[in-house]
Amino acid sequence: MKTGAKILIESLQREGVEIIFGYPGGSVLPIYDELYDSSLRHILMRHEQAAAHAADGYARASGRVGVCLATSGPGACNLVTGIATAYMDSIPIVAITGQVPTTMLGNDAFQESDITGITLPITKHNYLVKNTADIARVVRESFYIAGTGRQGPVLIDLPKDVNTNQIEEQPFLEKVSLRSYNPTYKGHKRQIEKALELIGQAERPLIYAGGGVISSNGSAELVEFATRLAIPVTTTLMGLGCITCDHPLNLGMLGMHGTEYANFAVTECDLMIAIGVRFDDRVTGKLNTFAPHAKIIHIDIDPAEIGKNKRVDIPIVGDAKSVLKDILSMLSRHGAHDTWLKKIKHWKQHHPLRYKNDGKLHPQFIIQKLSELLKGNAIIVSEVGQNQMWTAQYYCFTTPRTWITSGGLGTMGYGFPAAIGAHFARPDLPVFDVAGDGSIQMNIQEMGTVAHNNIPVKIAILNNMYLGMVRQWQELFYDRRYSYTELPSVDFVKIANAYGIEGVKVESPDDVMSALRAALDCDGPFVMDFRVEREENVFPMVPAGAAINEMIGGHPIS
Amino acid sequence: MKPHTLSVIVENKAGVLSRVTGLFSRRGFNIESLAVGTSEEPGMSRITIVVIGDDAQIEQVMKQLNKLIDVIKVSDITENERVERELALIKVNAEPGTSRAEIMQIASIFRAQIVDLGSKSVILQVTGDTEKIDALEKLLRQYGVKELVRTGRIAILRGAKTVASLK
Ligand SMILES: Cc1cc2nc3c(=O)[nH]c(=O)nc-3n(C[C@H](O)[C@H](O)[C@H](O)COP(=O)(O)OP(=O)(O)OC[C@H]3O[C@@H](n4cnc5c(N)ncnc54)[C@H](O)[C@@H]3O)c2cc1C
Ligand SMILES: Cc1ncc(C[n+]2csc(CCOP(=O)(O)OP(=O)(O)O)c2C)c(N)n1
Ligand SMILES: [Mg+2]
Repeated sequence: MKTGAKILIESLQREGVEIIFGYPGGSVLPIYDELYDSSLRHILMRHEQAAAHAADGYARASGRVGVCLATSGPGACNLVTGIATAYMDSIPIVAITGQVPTTMLGNDAFQESDITGITLPITKHNYLVKNTADIARVVRESFYIAGTGRQGPVLIDLPKDVNTNQIEEQPFLEKVSLRSYNPTYKGHKRQIEKALELIGQAERPLIYAGGGVISSNGSAELVEFATRLAIPVTTTLMGLGCITCDHPLNLGMLGMHGTEYANFAVTECDLMIAIGVRFDDRVTGKLNTFAPHAKIIHIDIDPAEIGKNKRVDIPIVGDAKSVLKDILSMLSRHGAHDTWLKKIKHWKQHHPLRYKNDGKLHPQFIIQKLSELLKGNAIIVSEVGQNQMWTAQYYCFTTPRTWITSGGLGTMGYGFPAAIGAHFARPDLPVFDVAGDGSIQMNIQEMGTVAHNNIPVKIAILNNMYLGMVRQWQELFYDRRYSYTELPSVDFVKIANAYGIEGVKVESPDDVMSALRAALDCDGPFVMDFRVEREENVFPMVPAGAAINEMIGGHPIS
Repeated sequence: MKPHTLSVIVENKAGVLSRVTGLFSRRGFNIESLAVGTSEEPGMSRITIVVIGDDAQIEQVMKQLNKLIDVIKVSDITENERVERELALIKVNAEPGTSRAEIMQIASIFRAQIVDLGSKSVILQVTGDTEKIDALEKLLRQYGVKELVRTGRIAILRGAKTVASLK
């Protein structure tokens, strides 16, 4: 005979789970009791939101399903922002929540909340398990659903009695089969042939690659495809790292805070090959001026993304890696688009990313130095706001899964706990969280977690004493009326010290490199409080709803 | 923008209806009519949904429905030959010796059945398409409709074809 809790832990281990991020409470006591002498590692976070983000950060860095655990009611509700963050960015996590006993369900019992109801619109699927005999199957299905097709979060709600009840040993379920869920991986051959025809005719092709390339682990195929056909590549925020930043064909990020040359290329291309992207409004700006001269090929695993925002000419439903492999196997020639590439080179030369060089401490400079120091051999996580955009613009990403950021939901407070998760996925790499002074205070309690477990996450706070990104919009669009966006100075080093964490405050550009080095050389966690130019803006910037070649802080196309 | 009749085959599991309706409200699609019941296959239910939208919206609705794990199949049968029915129960004022006879006459023209006869009211049961039921309701208004209950629309393909066999 086995209890539900024991079956749960064994099922997780069968899925290859090594670590879970969680927070205990009454309804999950049976599970915690099983964890007490289990080989499954558990990290006690300081807030359930952080547990969800840590599972998400683990998933992004490793490519595997991350797991978090919380108690019923408030614990489960605290997971919600983390689950929504994973959902928006299609990240595979399994969230396990305790629930009141089945006999009390629906009675407004102590710490009852309808978490399957609450998370219905922010999970790929969820389960309320009412029988102990279902646990093993539900866990199996959850990992399968979370980790296949368009990935995403799955929640399993487990009433306390389901965990304590005992049942006879069950045979292990080898295969999952769901008659209603069969994601398409292989692209349709005829569609691929049609795409190849268009590619053959194009004079100014452009690849627009995103998060789907990263999640399909198809970066190498993407780079080979681009290189063999000499097609320039621009990536979304979520796609950074799928092609190394210094590749001659790479144009960096497109969209609202994209490079001028990427946005020019979008506007002038005659063929857009969209791979694992969802034509988000931060990318497209005004839809009818997005790639106005281009035919569009869209490769995506989710048929619902095709044609959702923009009409496409050749849809290919399938996994990016698989489709790219098929394309590569069918390529007969090499490409050359000399005139187009020359034009792009000219744009790159004349419209680089830039900021003032006046001896003051600019945040962009800090990111450049970080990039110089780490040379791509690190995982970079960000919070949300200006800090995030500067990191996306100025850090040279060379490898997929080394850039971890909340794109779709834009969750402040995501970075620090996600960095903790990333560390456990890649203990071989240093992990830096580039933070804002606002965002870091949304999950600053996790200093407790990193201190407790000596988790060597480095926090680089670009401290402008503002909710900078919002202040920027107020400066540009609300007549500089800084309504509730100024933050008082906080002594972050002192906070870190109180948790037993080392830290340093930096006020001059001359001290940046030494501070970063100190962080890197330190064995444990480390906090850098960079006092940056307070009213620095993220440029270029496409105002919301404008055409993407109309950029504030840009220069007329040459 | 026109009404589309969608036939949705789903796993007969707890919560599946709220997954489906939740999706409609969340994505801003308006349900004109909805009917759920078991189907010919054990473990499967069939939902008939009438939704108004342009082609792109309907395509998006269907794709989003298809993504729900418990949804087995979604078909737009608007362009197919089909039988569509609704059922209504209408309680009409009918004091003895007044308009009872007229109401009975109207009922027989509409092939509605009298399913209850009280001292002050009658209940009519009518099946048909929306227009027929609307027309009957309108006629009965003059006598005083005390209560009206309508089901959602259900639909089935004509001939040997089935929704499960549709491409
Ligand atoms: C402050 C702020 C500013 C921002 N500014 C910008 C900006 O300037 N530029 C920018 O690009 N973004 C920006 N973003 C991010 C933006 O909001 C979106 O998150 C991002 O653009 C979406 O990236 P994506 O299109 O790559 O899609 P993702 O959200 O990464 O979605 C992945 C897509 O790939 C598909 N897919 C998944 N798996 C596979 C697979 N195996 N094979 C094929 N396809 C697959 C999915 O169906 C989906 O369509 C900003 C965010 C914030 C918070
Ligand atoms: C949870 C949450 N609340 C509010 C916002 C809106 N928002 C976006 S950026 C931003 C400011 C972030 O400030 P800070 O972390 O200091 O970063 P900075 O922009 O100054 O680099 C705010 C409030 C958000 N994205 N997330
Ligand atoms: Mg700030």
